[in-house]
Amino acid sequence: MAALTELTVSEAVRVLSEGGTTSTSLLEALLQRIDQHDGAIHAYVSIDREDAMRQAEAADARRKRGESAPLLGVPIAVKDLFNVKGQPCTCGSRMLEGYIAPFDATVITRLREAGAVIVGRLNMDEFAMGSSTENSAWGPSRNPWNTDCVPGGSSGGNAAAVAADIAFASLGTDTGGSVRQPASFCGCVGLKPTYGRISRYGVVAYASSLDQVGPVTKDVRDTALLMNVMSGLDLRDSTSLNVPTPDFTTALGRDLRGLRLGLPSEYFGAGLDPEVERAVRAATDVCRSLGAEIVSVSLPQTKFAIPTYYVIATAEASANLARFDGIRYGARVKADSPLELYEQTRARGFGSEVKRRIILGTYVLSSGYYDAYYLRAQKVRRWIRAGFDDAFRSCDALLTPTAPTPAFRFGEKSADPLQMYLSDIFTATVNLAGGCALSVPCGFSATGMPIGMQVIGPALAEETLLRVGHAYEQATDWHLRRPQLKASV
Amino acid sequence: MSWQADIGLEIHVQLRTRTKMFCGCPNAFGAEPNTHVCPTCLGYPGTLPVANADAIRLTVRSGMLLDSTIGLRSKFDRKNYFYPDVSKNYQITQYDEPLCIGGHLDIVVDGQTRRIGITRIHLEEDVAKNIHFGSDSGVDFNRAGTPLMEIVTEPDLHTPEEALAFLQALKQVLQYGEVSDCNLEQGNIRCDINCSVRQVGAERLGTKTELKNMNTFRGVFRALQHEIPRQIRELERGRSIVQETRRWDEASGRTEAMRGKEDAHDYRYFPEPDLPPVQLTEEEVARWRAELPELPVARRARLVQAHGLPEYDAGVLVADKEVADFFEAALQAGAPAKAASNWIMTELLARVSETGASIHSLRITPAALASLLQLVEKKVINGPTAKEVLALVLAEGGEPEAIVKQRGLAQVSDTGALEAFAAQAISANPKSVADYQAGKPAAFEFLVGQVMRLSRGKANPQLVRELLKKQLG
Repeated sequence: MAALTELTVSEAVRVLSEGGTTSTSLLEALLQRIDQHDGAIHAYVSIDREDAMRQAEAADARRKRGESAPLLGVPIAVKDLFNVKGQPCTCGSRMLEGYIAPFDATVITRLREAGAVIVGRLNMDEFAMGSSTENSAWGPSRNPWNTDCVPGGSSGGNAAAVAADIAFASLGTDTGGSVRQPASFCGCVGLKPTYGRISRYGVVAYASSLDQVGPVTKDVRDTALLMNVMSGLDLRDSTSLNVPTPDFTTALGRDLRGLRLGLPSEYFGAGLDPEVERAVRAATDVCRSLGAEIVSVSLPQTKFAIPTYYVIATAEASANLARFDGIRYGARVKADSPLELYEQTRARGFGSEVKRRIILGTYVLSSGYYDAYYLRAQKVRRWIRAGFDDAFRSCDALLTPTAPTPAFRFGEKSADPLQMYLSDIFTATVNLAGGCALSVPCGFSATGMPIGMQVIGPALAEETLLRVGHAYEQATDWHLRRPQLKASV
Repeated sequence: MSWQADIGLEIHVQLRTRTKMFCGCPNAFGAEPNTHVCPTCLGYPGTLPVANADAIRLTVRSGMLLDSTIGLRSKFDRKNYFYPDVSKNYQITQYDEPLCIGGHLDIVVDGQTRRIGITRIHLEEDVAKNIHFGSDSGVDFNRAGTPLMEIVTEPDLHTPEEALAFLQALKQVLQYGEVSDCNLEQGNIRCDINCSVRQVGAERLGTKTELKNMNTFRGVFRALQHEIPRQIRELERGRSIVQETRRWDEASGRTEAMRGKEDAHDYRYFPEPDLPPVQLTEEEVARWRAELPELPVARRARLVQAHGLPEYDAGVLVADKEVADFFEAALQAGAPAKAASNWIMTELLARVSETGASIHSLRITPAALASLLQLVEKKVINGPTAKEVLALVLAEGGEPEAIVKQRGLAQVSDTGALEAFAAQAISANPKSVADYQAGKPAAFEFLVGQVMRLSRGKANPQLVRELLKKQLG
């Protein structure tokens, strides 16, 4: 049998239910591997070992009593922006240093009810703003495939941990690609569900109309398992959708006959790394061989996605992050007046990318500029949505690269924010359009870095994405490859 | 030169809901600081607002009572500004799609009825309270996030008297609608003023100032009494009015400049992404309309018609909803209408205005008043005794019938006992008897008084007169 830490979630559930191991053994193996490798990777920003062990013991006790639950006893790691009661939640920022979450996010409650053991909080770009984890106040995470490269972001800790087998699966968030792009950079599976599918209650907001919780996993089946547990209406989130949650695993194990998959020409143009293009086109051929019909489509709005995204996301962020003022919680710099207290606290607490986006967002909402920026961006957003609607009239899902390049090196883009923003060019449109999208591993570059393919669907088409992703995964072995790690201890 | 003032009001009204606007904390006044709080109203990261459906209903109801247009669609927006009393540093409010648009309210000043236009009514969350102690400040978030309705009027008011009349009429409507308690001491209703002056006949409104910090209706009246002449003086001296926000200082009775136009906030309003637009259904709105309570004008007409009250009495009773409610509850309990109206208008309202308390906080209940008036009607007690009993109930509470029994206050209608008193009075006052027989009516009244005195005030005066007449032949 493979080492315990190499198990997927579904495998771990099976082994646990067959009595092959216990939740405490699983957790011990995981913590031991974290000790060995996280020094080099830096995927985690905090782990409460005692609390995790108590949860694992409780899970074992439940199992002993004959109880069962979909994730009973399986450790799951979460991005450091989920409120987990009694635990830190720093969002990768000095602003929330020392903050202890006073309640559980709804997804955390649902994971607990499903028996999961919540273990550790994962590194991220500060307040989910970034594509490399280089914006974390706690230092970047490293790509397990090459520690000179970024793991992607903002959920970089998620992907790095799952790729390095120091997490069985993890919960991230995706505002413009923050789950899919790191999944692509690290050779994992990442899903951005339909907006409203999963409650945002308790998830620290970056851009409220775009944020969505999504899993980063080792394979597509695990994504389906986690989606079963996390999805569904939550009355605490007025934007959550009142739609039934299907059993997502029933989408697995089917071929692709009868499906039409579209290739949007705009996603295969200038700026796309040739190796990425080759890998995705080859993956397209695999899908065709599995029975899918491949058609050409056009999404002429694509080039407007990034500017539109950076107007809407920063506008919302400028308000969402206003609450971090040093008055009620988090870091505070003492001062003589409220205004000075705000200025000093925010000047010290926020990193430069967060400040840049707050300033951008404040600007686009300002009197005299609102119509030209924010209002126009909302109109373009509706147009982008209409463009996707058009495309989905002639196909069931789209196949595209997840990111224009494989993982880049540290510092390669951090000096030029605009270059960094273009990392999201293929992903951010989906958040604007309100659909869902899955990234699955589809190859490697010559230097051995993973490449991801994105499957994009209309709203509530997660089952189609999982069906395509799983069929493709069954026909290939990219997702089974593991990076060679040098033990750091 | 003759000047005219144009006054518009922005009135904030705290709604009478069980819970806050966007979370489940109690909407209650007077608790220990920071006890009615939760992560949501404290603006903790990751929390989300959920709109209070009852607050939406009460705002729509207010719009209906003021003849506003109720759109089925409305939305919430974020108003961004940094201040320690705003937990998120943005306030959730309604910017360009309020729940109610237009409307009006009639006021009567000096016997003249004027129709005052309502611009809009929207719903928002109230802010916290900053408390300053010496060198330190604290923030009490109990009020943060309580539902607040803002009513904006057209600049249709022209005098301090009209502004005051408008506020009183509005308060009456909102109390009748059970929308708000409108308790001024608890800050349930607060008002900002926009005020400008222009020459009579001028088409365009003058430059306005905004007045803040009036805590009472009286304060609004006084602030306008100061501000209107101030603006006129400025203009007559050839100066111009500066558009600015001015603060009313109750103690000095003056307004003073607070901040100018250039310091005005850019609130950067944008649609609240955490809340989908409010979408009402036709059925919902129709149901709310059907549930509208009776307004003062209709109630007054009904009291006149159903109970034969004089117009004036009915007007006094309905002026305050609580008083009219008390009156109708007493009728329910069996009180005769005219007597109940008289007693409430004289005895009870006198007590209310003495103590400043509400009629419901008096120690007499509507049922007790009914019982008291029934005792009078059945001639168990006479009028003076009834006043005595009322004083006892007001002082100590209790049931009039029991008090009458316990203290032996029932009037004496026992013919035997009264005949004896009458005989006693006649034999003790031969001069009065002689005067009476000589045709002096005052002498008879004196004898009645003597019998009453002998009965210690408990004799049935009607019966006493009959018996005396009989004995005097």
